[in-house]
Amino acid sequence: MNKVNKVKPGATWKELPIGGTLPAASALDYKTGAWRSFVPKFDPNQCTHCMICVHYCPVMAIPTEINENGVKGWKDKIYKGVIRLETNLDYCTGCGVCAEECPTKAITMERETWEVK
Amino acid sequence: MNKISIKSKRVPLTGAEAVAEAMRQVRPDVVAAYPITPQTPIVEIFSKFAADGLVDTEVVTPESEHSAISIVTAASAAGARAMSASASQGLALMVEVLPATSGLRLPVVMAIANRALSAPINIHCDHSDMMAVRDLGWIEIFSENAQEAYENMFLAVKLSEHPDVLLPSMVGLDGFIISHGVEVVEIYDDEIMYNFVGSRKPQLSLFDFENPITIGPLQLTDYYFETKRQEQEAMKNALKIYLEVGKELSKITGKDYPYFEKYYLDDAEVAIVVMSSTAGTTKDVVDELRKEGKKVGLLKPKLFRPFPYDEIKEALKHTKAIGVLDRAYSFGANAPLYTDIRNALYDLPQRIPIQSYVFGLGGRDIFKHQIKDVFVELLSGKISKEEKCIGLRE
Repeated sequence: MNKVNKVKPGATWKELPIGGTLPAASALDYKTGAWRSFVPKFDPNQCTHCMICVHYCPVMAIPTEINENGVKGWKDKIYKGVIRLETNLDYCTGCGVCAEECPTKAITMERETWEVK
Repeated sequence: MNKISIKSKRVPLTGAEAVAEAMRQVRPDVVAAYPITPQTPIVEIFSKFAADGLVDTEVVTPESEHSAISIVTAASAAGARAMSASASQGLALMVEVLPATSGLRLPVVMAIANRALSAPINIHCDHSDMMAVRDLGWIEIFSENAQEAYENMFLAVKLSEHPDVLLPSMVGLDGFIISHGVEVVEIYDDEIMYNFVGSRKPQLSLFDFENPITIGPLQLTDYYFETKRQEQEAMKNALKIYLEVGKELSKITGKDYPYFEKYYLDDAEVAIVVMSSTAGTTKDVVDELRKEGKKVGLLKPKLFRPFPYDEIKEALKHTKAIGVLDRAYSFGANAPLYTDIRNALYDLPQRIPIQSYVFGLGGRDIFKHQIKDVFVELLSGKISKEEKCIGLRE
């Protein structure tokens, strides 16, 4: 079957794919981080890497990796396996769901301060 | 009539049965519908075909018309040939989804057994249901009788699925008058009719896992207008493709599929424009008045959206007076068919007197003598800007 091409910015009605259809995962091109008025501050020393924040994040902005050596976290324990990394601020909308759901309060929300260039 | 030797049988059927036969022959992958008078027998009969194994269709019976249209829209996005049927308040409940089906360019086809809108609650025929949704991007075809309803279903499927069109279609048949009235209907051979439409070949599909797509993303001030402009272009294409598809169907049936039917129109001094079953009654009146030497004629629109403005203008330009009979109000404005016919005539150098009539609301009968009165009125030149009513107790 046919492929849908990415929309080139400013495309005319004759150039656009019909019905507004786009290639999958096009939301990656849309940096929702610009919506943010609060920013999550993550404290790795308080984190148990339970993955609750990862699954609750509505924009999938919390990346993970597999780390067999382990990282130090809550109560100075070493956590191995799937590890939560720093929030991707390109996409984090600052909604605060991660901070609300975190069982060990490893995430706190602070006012975002945008640098005006 | 049927000049070509194609296998067919002539059987007594209601309009609903004829439409269900057409649905069986086009073999939809998914049918979802909710019962509503007078549409109910269409899907009831079709469901029986599916239960009996005559057709390999997933029949879904959801809890409302809103769900039914959502299901067929989603199924169509997944690449299925998807169909439904409804009427009146059922179609009204679908309204939220109808412009999504057309906006997403999904070739869903529905039969609508035209019925009055509530309130007051009424189960009988008028065109207020399909007229209410005429601006939502669906192709609309109206049928005079069961035979036309049967054939229009094939036209609709092939037209909707054409790569230059990709818009959904509604085929209207007058509730009870056509949906429940029995006529002799010529049903063509299963294989021939299936081959006419063929299997659906979606250009894009949610089930094409090699080429994953996003359907229905947000478009704001930046792209929405362009996408809607494409839809308007698709409607223009539909006008052209309708005739092409009709020519192909002619090879099977030996009949013509113009935008509208002309009945003694070419030399007519006065003409009535009316759609659906009442056009049949009008033909009888034309026959009688022609015997008396009166030059009267009929124009029966079949394709209502897209509307063939230029062709209708050409067909009516020689007349001295026109009466347009609408089976619906457009509250606070001129009646819908009258509006479009009057609009079509604007490009003529001369101004033809044109009279608006509303008739048959809520299934109110219209009789030959009333149509004859319209012709007499048109011949006498009594044309006013007033919207007149036929069969109303004044």
